[in-house]
Amino acid sequence: MASALPLGEPAPLDGLLPPSAAIGAHERAFGVYVHVPFCRVRCGYCDFNTYTASELRGARQVDYADHAIGEIRMSRRMLEASGVPDRPAQTVFFGGGTPTLLPATDLVRMLDAVRTEFGLARGAEITTEANPDSVGPDDLAGLAAGGFTRVSFGMQSAVPHVLAALDRTHDPARVPLAVRWARQAGLDVSLDLIYGTPGESLDDWRRSVDAAIVERPDHLSAYALIVEDGTKLARQIRRGELAEPSDDLEADMYDLADELLVAAGYEWYEVSNWATAPEHRSRHNLGYWRGDDWWGVGPGAHSHVGGVRWWNAKHPSAYADRVTAGHSPAVGREVLDASTRETERVLLATRIREGLDIGSLGAGGRRAVAGLIADDLVDARTALAGALTLTRRGRLLADAVVRRLLED
Amino acid sequence: MSPRAADPPVPAATDPALIRNFCIIAHIDHGKSTLADRMLGITGVVADRDMRAQYLDRMDIERERGITIKSQAVRMPWQVGDTSYALNMIDTPGHVDFSYEVSRSLAACEGAILLVDAAQGIEAQTLANLYLALENDLEIIPVLNKIDLPAAEPEKYARELADLIGGSPDDVLRVSGKTGVGVEDLLDRVVERIPAPVGDADAPPRAMIFDSVYDSYRGVVTYVRMVDGKLNPRERIQMMSTRATHEILEIGVSAPEPTPTKGLGVGEVGYLITGVKDVRQSKVGDTVTTAAKPATEPLAGYTEPLPMVFSGLYPIDGSDYPELREALDKLKLSDAALVYEPETSVALGFGFRCGFLGLLHLEIVTERLRREFDLDIIATAPSVVYEVTTEDRKTVTVTNPSEFPTGAKIAEVREPVVKAAILAPKDYVGTIMELCQSRRGTLLGMEYLGEDRVEIRYNMPLGEIVFDFFDNLKSKTAGYASLDYEPAGDQAADLVKVDILLQGEQVDAFSAIVHRDKAYAYGVLMTGRLRELIPRQQFEVPIQAAIGARIIARESIRAMRKDVLAKCYGGDITRKRKLLEKQKEGKKRMKMVGRVEVPQEAFIAALSGETERKDAKK
Repeated sequence: MASALPLGEPAPLDGLLPPSAAIGAHERAFGVYVHVPFCRVRCGYCDFNTYTASELRGARQVDYADHAIGEIRMSRRMLEASGVPDRPAQTVFFGGGTPTLLPATDLVRMLDAVRTEFGLARGAEITTEANPDSVGPDDLAGLAAGGFTRVSFGMQSAVPHVLAALDRTHDPARVPLAVRWARQAGLDVSLDLIYGTPGESLDDWRRSVDAAIVERPDHLSAYALIVEDGTKLARQIRRGELAEPSDDLEADMYDLADELLVAAGYEWYEVSNWATAPEHRSRHNLGYWRGDDWWGVGPGAHSHVGGVRWWNAKHPSAYADRVTAGHSPAVGREVLDASTRETERVLLATRIREGLDIGSLGAGGRRAVAGLIADDLVDARTALAGALTLTRRGRLLADAVVRRLLED
Repeated sequence: MSPRAADPPVPAATDPALIRNFCIIAHIDHGKSTLADRMLGITGVVADRDMRAQYLDRMDIERERGITIKSQAVRMPWQVGDTSYALNMIDTPGHVDFSYEVSRSLAACEGAILLVDAAQGIEAQTLANLYLALENDLEIIPVLNKIDLPAAEPEKYARELADLIGGSPDDVLRVSGKTGVGVEDLLDRVVERIPAPVGDADAPPRAMIFDSVYDSYRGVVTYVRMVDGKLNPRERIQMMSTRATHEILEIGVSAPEPTPTKGLGVGEVGYLITGVKDVRQSKVGDTVTTAAKPATEPLAGYTEPLPMVFSGLYPIDGSDYPELREALDKLKLSDAALVYEPETSVALGFGFRCGFLGLLHLEIVTERLRREFDLDIIATAPSVVYEVTTEDRKTVTVTNPSEFPTGAKIAEVREPVVKAAILAPKDYVGTIMELCQSRRGTLLGMEYLGEDRVEIRYNMPLGEIVFDFFDNLKSKTAGYASLDYEPAGDQAADLVKVDILLQGEQVDAFSAIVHRDKAYAYGVLMTGRLRELIPRQQFEVPIQAAIGARIIARESIRAMRKDVLAKCYGGDITRKRKLLEKQKEGKKRMKMVGRVEVPQEAFIAALSGETERKDAKK
């Protein structure tokens, strides 16, 4: 989650949603995201809403689970008061930050609160992110026992100089260990990789992808490094200490990753995500791209229910103050009109393999499809069957495809 | 104390024997305006407290650049012995673009002060105007200015001047407009040496228009030199070129503020106001007579101003187009030489094809549009006038490369030629000759001016001069060379039109008419610039330079490979959508050439040569 909050209208203190939010709720899956805004050190590329011990200004890590549980309880009442029907959570996702900096017991307590308030659907997907060096076998076993089904490790790279450029502190040798412990605990495993780090060669990247595949995770994400304004990395690049990653090299890296992963039996299902089988796709993340509903718990967390997006106070202490006072922690929101919702639907659904229903597009979008096929951006065969699915080249140019689909 | 005239002659009743009409010939920044100001002060026509630097140059641009664009005239009293005289100082434009206006100003005078910077010596433009003055039989008074400067070398340059116009170096006056030294002697010399005007007081009136200025309050102010007869207030006058008649609403002299008089008599210099609103109704060089008692023969020398250089002017913000039209309409009122008509360009949108007397004129007009009308504009590469004859014997006048005939076979292309004179220290002769040869110049001759300076004369195509020749000349000679040129007919040349194509589509603003030998270089330059400036697209974009159907240079912009936000989770969605909306807005400002989206800035940068690398990441 990017750190800077968007501009919107002020969110009401009572957390009530406009009546439109409830329309069609039964057709949308419901999920819960819990943000854990703590890290041991801040990585140079990261602009997420996370804090090291020295940055916390009085907000205490030990109290965090209680505040988050406070919001989870509040969320149920607010949805109810807004006329949104009760739905069990299909997915719960703990992200950060570094969720595993909290004791497994805290994570399980927060999950319990979700279970108590909303209930968990049968076969619900319960994920936590983890750093390979911040979990041990006991933590993972504890999480599994508490109901977690899946862990996503921030592996990032297998190459020491790349990890160093990213300020990642873990020893690459920790990754196989962490994966083995997760498997022993019965958890599904996902690995995250980053490409395009300054100084990383195509060969470095190949080593990292190979190293990830060897661990046979069920799921794998590969993200191009985004140089965010205000990060240490952006400053280093501006001063000329590090080279800015080149788009062309990143494109080569993406192509290579896709080739290696396909050869190893993985299938893309979103621009930056691959899985061994459909049941291992991240259902929680698919919810974002399908326009489902989710409640985001924690400082700076974003939520979406029925065309209303809102976001919480960013700093943990501001967040804690609001929750303690019984107010909604949301500080801003936007109520999307029909055309904005349609824009979002196109820009999100274009990213996923199941794709857009071409028939649902406006006249301009439908006209654009032939050109997109001609430019090798959209797969011709699926298009003939009525679904818009990106080719590999199209995935690398997905934003351009979206612009063309939305042209008047 | 200065011997200010005790009993100045009265306008309209001045004996021509007491009148002296003169101008000052000088190079830019040789101190003409400072000297003129000093004369105004010494003769008492401008009280010291009213003195503002360079009183006579009224336009801001003139004052800033220290050059005179429009001339004015001022009447000053001056006493020598017991006699009071009326001195009319006619300020002439100093630049070659305005040589016709210069020639008319000279024709209004009997003498000229040849003013030369004592630290720099004579420059090419001054030399050109000196030739003009001698052709008009003007009495020349050579003067070295700025003798107060430590770098002044009066002996050296006095010899140079004496060599040029004859006489002894001792006859060369030495003055400082800044301190006033020698200025009184100079005024005495004007009275003593310059002949009084002669004319027939009883003949039908004839007055020559030597300047015509638009004033937003009073309409056109016409500056005239009376030759024969007399003009009176409320009289109906007639313009001899058009036979149009107007009533004189006001007649007077500049002293230097406009001062109405009872009329103007033989030899006098003054102004007329008739209420016309457009300088085209009162043209420089035309002869004014009266409707009641018209003269039969106009004064010699009138010609219509002819634009030599053409360029497209476009507003950078397309919505400023109506404002640009309005601004040109207004400028036209005060600039008889400016011509324009609407044109459209794929790359630049709606604009105007404008004709100018020369490059400085172009520069002044664009600068005035920017400054006085607050318009951001881009000018396409200047072009000259070509006469193109096709094999079916049709001749087309081409002022814009887009008019170059494409269908028929070309039999002949004629281009304007100028005689160029370049003055420079002798060490630069080799460099200058190299430059002129590379611009298809033919050496006409070379002369030493004093010990260490040389005048080099070339016949050159004007088209070569308008394409950054002067900048090149200056940079290759450490700024020492000066340039003057005058039209010298036309010549047949092997000229071709080079088009620039983006993905097969012609980009009109970049077409150019160039010599066949230079076509390749132009093609390589422009395709290279555009490759740097145009952002990558979702497909490969070939950029070609072509003569007709033949491709002579080729570059390509590789297809963009990555344009996707890698991560798009819950908190990223709003941001991503806003980015998309911004990109859609940005696209509206893009120019489409076929399927290629080009930011207007890229076209502008390519035209102006400011080739910064495009941002590879965005």
